[in-house]
Amino acid sequence: MAQQWDTPQPLRGKRFAPIVIYGLLGFFALIYLLPLVVMLLTSFKPLPEIYAGNIIALPKEWTIAPWVDAWGTACVGLSCHGIKGYFWNSTKMTVLAVLISTAIGMLNGYVLTKWRFKGANVLFGLILFGCFIPFQIVLIPMAHFLGKMGIASTTAGLVFVHVVYGLCFTTLYFRNYYMAFPDELIKAAMIDGARFFDIFFRVLLPNSLPIIVVTVIWQFTNIWNDFLFGASFSTGESAPMTVALNNVVNTSTGERPYNVHMAAAMIAALPTLLVYIVGGRYFVRGLMAGSVKG
Amino acid sequence: MDVEVSPAFTEPLPRARSVRLGNWLQRALPKLVLSPTVAATLVFVYGFIAWTAYLSFTRSKGYPIHELVGWLQYDRVWHHPRWEVAMHNLAVFGVLYVVLCMAIGLLLAILLDQRIRQEGTLRAIYLYPLALSFIVTGTAWKWMLNPGLGIEKLVHSWGFENFRFDWIVNEDMAIYTVVIAGVWQASGFVMAMFLAGLRGIDQEMLKAASIDCASLPKIYWHVIIPQLRPIFLSSMVILVHLAIKSYELVVALTGGGPGYATELPSTFMYLHTFPRNQLGMGAASAVMMLLTVAAIMIPYLYSEMRAGRRAASH
Repeated sequence: MAQQWDTPQPLRGKRFAPIVIYGLLGFFALIYLLPLVVMLLTSFKPLPEIYAGNIIALPKEWTIAPWVDAWGTACVGLSCHGIKGYFWNSTKMTVLAVLISTAIGMLNGYVLTKWRFKGANVLFGLILFGCFIPFQIVLIPMAHFLGKMGIASTTAGLVFVHVVYGLCFTTLYFRNYYMAFPDELIKAAMIDGARFFDIFFRVLLPNSLPIIVVTVIWQFTNIWNDFLFGASFSTGESAPMTVALNNVVNTSTGERPYNVHMAAAMIAALPTLLVYIVGGRYFVRGLMAGSVKG
Repeated sequence: MDVEVSPAFTEPLPRARSVRLGNWLQRALPKLVLSPTVAATLVFVYGFIAWTAYLSFTRSKGYPIHELVGWLQYDRVWHHPRWEVAMHNLAVFGVLYVVLCMAIGLLLAILLDQRIRQEGTLRAIYLYPLALSFIVTGTAWKWMLNPGLGIEKLVHSWGFENFRFDWIVNEDMAIYTVVIAGVWQASGFVMAMFLAGLRGIDQEMLKAASIDCASLPKIYWHVIIPQLRPIFLSSMVILVHLAIKSYELVVALTGGGPGYATELPSTFMYLHTFPRNQLGMGAASAVMMLLTVAAIMIPYLYSEMRAGRRAASH
């Protein structure tokens, strides 16, 4: 399905009126862009201008003070050191969880397609269902488990949670990709005496770049954007970026610094937006592969 | 297409013992590699589901109490005024979210499929919200929907002084703001699914249809859209399950308020589990969420996997 994505095909002869097509497309494009534009404009305005003007007015006096505030001095709950610490929490957590879950998923996909054994399909089905459970169902046991392990409210604990519940997606992606990888090449390598890991590292891995990019982008976006696990399994200083952002917005001390809120939201959004801009094609492929199998 | 270990590995060699051990290892290796994931799934998915289900039948409050009380917690959840609101909201939000996402997604996909300029740019614009966290989306829309300073004020400044748009602080309308933000974020995904479907449609059939001189809307209605049936199904299943799981967006946009006007099952579960120390009720509500999702996802995944296997065996 994803392969057809990039091959536009002219619709034979008949057309809708171009003005209707472009009018509607443009209208929707404006609506989709509006929140981002408003966030950006607000984040560069001084507070009095926000109260005086409207949300889409250009700043008369551009300022980066809200960004500096959001990063370094905004209040997250009771501590007023900005969101930088939480940004690094999220960075550490995301990088580690993405690397580990992708590496394991890769090997799982390899086993499930090239070393199939009896019951492999049932196991895959069991693993797959884990992608779709509402995570509320595991919150209580996981909170107790993390406490028992002594990693409650730590980045290590969150990495663990994200790896465990990310494995089904990474396994799904690599399994579906390796499914289409010719078995003949594997067999040929076996006849040459290559073993399990030789085949993986020398035959499969060099051909896996596209799906690695898809998986890394998917996992990165999901883990960076997670809020439920972050809110449930972290406290205070150990919270990830999304939890901190929500706290910044809901910390009310006097006049609400909306420009700082928007700057903080932009900072929280930038890593995934950047990934989207750089690897949009792969992002879409991941999105589709997450919903359409076979 | 089981891949057997090649005979080369099983030939007896002089150092028989260590070789045999090596052979055993080679043969067991695939299963060993998969076993951590299987174990983690059994414990952290299925084991934890069982644990939560068990808790839902106990008297647990701030910590687990191993005293069974039958359906009491379910009874308490079902008769809780917040749960009633949550179910009502889920119905309103779920239906509108799914229908609007599909309608807008299909419309955009059809429009994008008209041999237009700047298709890539437009696609990127419709899809970028999916890269954002719900918390960011919620924060942005909360700001835009702010009655004093947001869209309402903007329209006032255009001269329409009587314009009112205070849904986010209005108990009866607040749930619709969640719909707006939710549709804004997810409709691009449906657009991508439909667009891929449109690009995969049998060209011969279309040629035949356009030679028959049917008008373009008719071709779409009678020929093209019926062929997109599998995509309707997939995107609907995904959207419904996303609607049931919706949590972050409400937290960031309305915090469940005003009052508890935008409560959803997910926020109900969180509230009772953590701040209110009612583990039993939290567990019972989580089990109900899981059962709803499972009722939709299991048949879907089963049919998808069977279809996948059929395709693979051809």
